[in-house]
Amino acid sequence: MSTLSTGHGASTPAGGGSVPDTRRPGAARDSGRVDLMARLHEWTVTVDHKRLGILYVASGLFFFVIAGIQATLMRLQLVVPVNDFLTPDTFNRLFTMHGTTMVFLVGMPVLLGIANFLVPLMIGARDMAFPRLNAFGFWLFLFGGLLLYYSYIGSAGLYGAGSTPDAGWFMYAPLTTRSFSRGNATDYWILGIMVSGFGSMTTAVNLVATIFSMRCPGMTLMRMPLLVWMMIVVAVLILAVMPVLTAAQVMLLFDRSLGAHFFNPQQEGSALLWQHLFWFFGHPEVYILILPAFGFISEIIPVFSRKVIFGYPLMVAATVAICFISLGVWAHHMFVAGLSPFLNALFAASTFLISVPTGIKIFNWIGTMWGGRIRFDVPMLFATGFLALFVFGGLTGIMLAVVPFDWQLSDTYFVVGHFHYVLIGGTLFGIFGAIFYWFPKAFGCKLDERLGKWTFWIFLIGFTLTFFPMHISGMLGMPRRIYTYQPDRGWELWNLISTIGVPLQIAGVSILVWNIIRTLRRGEPCGDDPWDAWTLEWATTSPPPEWNFHEVPVCTSRRPLWDRKHPEDPDEHYE
Amino acid sequence: MLDGRARRILGGVARVPGVPGGLLALLLLVVGPLVVALTAGTAAADSSGPGAGASTTVCAPGVLGGPPTSGAGVTSIFGADSPPAESIRHLAWLVLGICAAIFVVVEALLFVAVVRFRRRKREAALAGEPEPTQLYGSNPIELAWTVVPLLIVFVLGLVTIRTIREVQLTEPPEGALRVQVIGHQWWWEYRFPDELGNGREVVTANELVVPVGRPVWLELESADVIHSWWVPRLAGKTDCIPGRTNVTWFKARRPGLYLGQCAEYCGTQHANMLLRVTAVEPDAFREWLEQQASPAVVDPAVDEGRRLFAGFACLNCHAIDGVSAGMFGPNLTHLASRETIGSGILPLTRDTLRAWIDDPQKLKIGCNMPSLKLDDRELDLITDYLLTLR
Repeated sequence: MSTLSTGHGASTPAGGGSVPDTRRPGAARDSGRVDLMARLHEWTVTVDHKRLGILYVASGLFFFVIAGIQATLMRLQLVVPVNDFLTPDTFNRLFTMHGTTMVFLVGMPVLLGIANFLVPLMIGARDMAFPRLNAFGFWLFLFGGLLLYYSYIGSAGLYGAGSTPDAGWFMYAPLTTRSFSRGNATDYWILGIMVSGFGSMTTAVNLVATIFSMRCPGMTLMRMPLLVWMMIVVAVLILAVMPVLTAAQVMLLFDRSLGAHFFNPQQEGSALLWQHLFWFFGHPEVYILILPAFGFISEIIPVFSRKVIFGYPLMVAATVAICFISLGVWAHHMFVAGLSPFLNALFAASTFLISVPTGIKIFNWIGTMWGGRIRFDVPMLFATGFLALFVFGGLTGIMLAVVPFDWQLSDTYFVVGHFHYVLIGGTLFGIFGAIFYWFPKAFGCKLDERLGKWTFWIFLIGFTLTFFPMHISGMLGMPRRIYTYQPDRGWELWNLISTIGVPLQIAGVSILVWNIIRTLRRGEPCGDDPWDAWTLEWATTSPPPEWNFHEVPVCTSRRPLWDRKHPEDPDEHYE
Repeated sequence: MLDGRARRILGGVARVPGVPGGLLALLLLVVGPLVVALTAGTAAADSSGPGAGASTTVCAPGVLGGPPTSGAGVTSIFGADSPPAESIRHLAWLVLGICAAIFVVVEALLFVAVVRFRRRKREAALAGEPEPTQLYGSNPIELAWTVVPLLIVFVLGLVTIRTIREVQLTEPPEGALRVQVIGHQWWWEYRFPDELGNGREVVTANELVVPVGRPVWLELESADVIHSWWVPRLAGKTDCIPGRTNVTWFKARRPGLYLGQCAEYCGTQHANMLLRVTAVEPDAFREWLEQQASPAVVDPAVDEGRRLFAGFACLNCHAIDGVSAGMFGPNLTHLASRETIGSGILPLTRDTLRAWIDDPQKLKIGCNMPSLKLDDRELDLITDYLLTLR
């Protein structure tokens, strides 16, 4: 299947230009080197939204593996009390880089990458609105990520972990001001994440322009697939909050390099200002990370339940509601900062409120499954796992919104458990489901189902072992971000179980990586529409040609392919 | 709104489900942990609750009595022993109950959907299986699962606000003991007001001693970065933010040692910024306060040690009444009356103290006290001197 390796194989336009036809028999051996260079060149200069999407996902998965290694080292350090496997500074660098990497270099790029790949296909467009800006965004993101990791080769070299940031992914001032964070570590964090953030902002602009102006005939806003709805909300949120983070980063850079004192309390600056700015970005960021996953689930569940999504208009309304409410909940990260009782109550209320549209979505997904004929292929397994785990993560989130309870639980392992349930059980399961679901679209062949089931079950068990006990150690008083702990607190058992789950998670991810490599090399073609789906991306070939559609599709309802497959009972009558 | 077939689907009797092993496992994976959580929480509460007081109760430290018993390290939030922590525990059980109920209902719905509507192999074998009935939505049902959650969070909101008012005081309770708490990288400074009226301020470090049954009002500040004062059994955490004074309070119900630690990431040794609060009977507390307010002990036998202390870099950071006035490190005027060193990481003995002075970086990597490169004689002299500071 050499055609698969370029991602476009058989569909490359005949007049493909200067790129040599590497698929000619015998050509590979002679020109193996040229072949590789040509292919590398082709991928480097590409402005095709599908290839950029694949590049995003691939780089995201690369950073995911790095972040996983960091997490493993941390769990090894915490497996027993008073362990001296790592020094405190090494541990602090690990959790800083793990969090930063997972949020900015894994979550955002993978989700934006999948959006990049899917949105034009789903709305029947030829490409994104600004293809070259799209490529620019990707390379900015990658450069920002590499710049951040370049910090490892700073002053003290790899062994001393160089100038690696060590003040946490949240970078609270004044710990990050010049007096308490010497050297360049914090500057690497500011610049790397800022550059990477510019990349996210260009992609967001591009998504907004594409979705609003390039929909195919007949695709009204209320006929867009839910994933596209989620992505537009995500793009709007990115445009609303990333500039705030960037502004805060510039202010911190001024503090550190130019002697400004926005965040320096000794010179009338405010230590709390950073928290307000950071969490004004940071909380919507959580929704930026989870909404695309909601989108994946909203596409996967109907297809595998053989049912139309239950309550489409309410799902759209809930998504838009989440967008607005998420801009008004940031101070719930600051319940222990000594806000007034009134402010505490206000932000608790807004946080409670946001759980309502989120709950609506969960019920609608279950409503979609109800009465269906559910096929448990791997994408659906991950979607079901998502629902099961996300309910748990969401409920612990409600507990954290209960201000007095939060005074006890905030900054403990309970919180660590909570957001890993949301972001791994939610976002990552959504991403895994999406990879299994849309892999045939990108490469023309399905990932191995049997290996996929192994990935799911092993990863799920490992995940539960690792993150569930954290809720207990948190309630037993174990704070976050500690590199060691005393032996008499009753936390040993829970930490031991947490660490035991790690090798299982590693095994699950390894099987997935092996599955992807194996399928890329020897996958069997599976046809254009292997899941018998309903949205427009399945109306073209798999993989799609560079120009996406041989003829511009016409959208007749929310499920254009349903209409084609069931001319006797088209969907449009029900909208 | 619902046609006949849809109603049958929604209300129909389940076909005999061949429960697939995998799905059962999934249910166990998500429900099992909840059961463990609830029982673990209960166990923790039991082991530290009133009934188990003996194992966690210790005598007053230093001059007031014996050393703490081991196993006093319970920091479970369900082991509350002070009004704010008790209010929170009360609310916590309520919230856990409501959330557990929602969890069970939603997961059960999901489980039923998964089991009942799973495509059977026999059906799959039939060629040309028809699509199931398409159900586009239902206004009454969707309205129901919008309004019911709104009501639930409304109730949660009300109990939350009530507990906030109960716990978060803006004025000190009547008769409260006011203590100023200053967080440092990586130790705690406590400053008592002039309770005795003799004009001497009591300043101590890392170990807070309080009277039982009297509210303690804390004014929290920070000397450098953000810290968070948290003793789970006494009260929820409150941040110590530079340039700002936050307040919190507690009232220990019974004598004993209450542990906690800094809860806001504050740099290298955040993990070892431990907290110890010892609650003693009011008489013992007064005795302790008098002892802490007395001038530093001057013992001629260790005069050489005192001169070494005053002559070395020690005096730049540590205050000892009549010897030095450094503010950067803990006040050592009554060091030997404390039980621990290194902000609670080691018991205070001659050996640990000597090892600490010799090379603190070995015991607490990255802490702000440098290794002083003293020779054995100097180490012995300074250690002996410090041990007289009761």
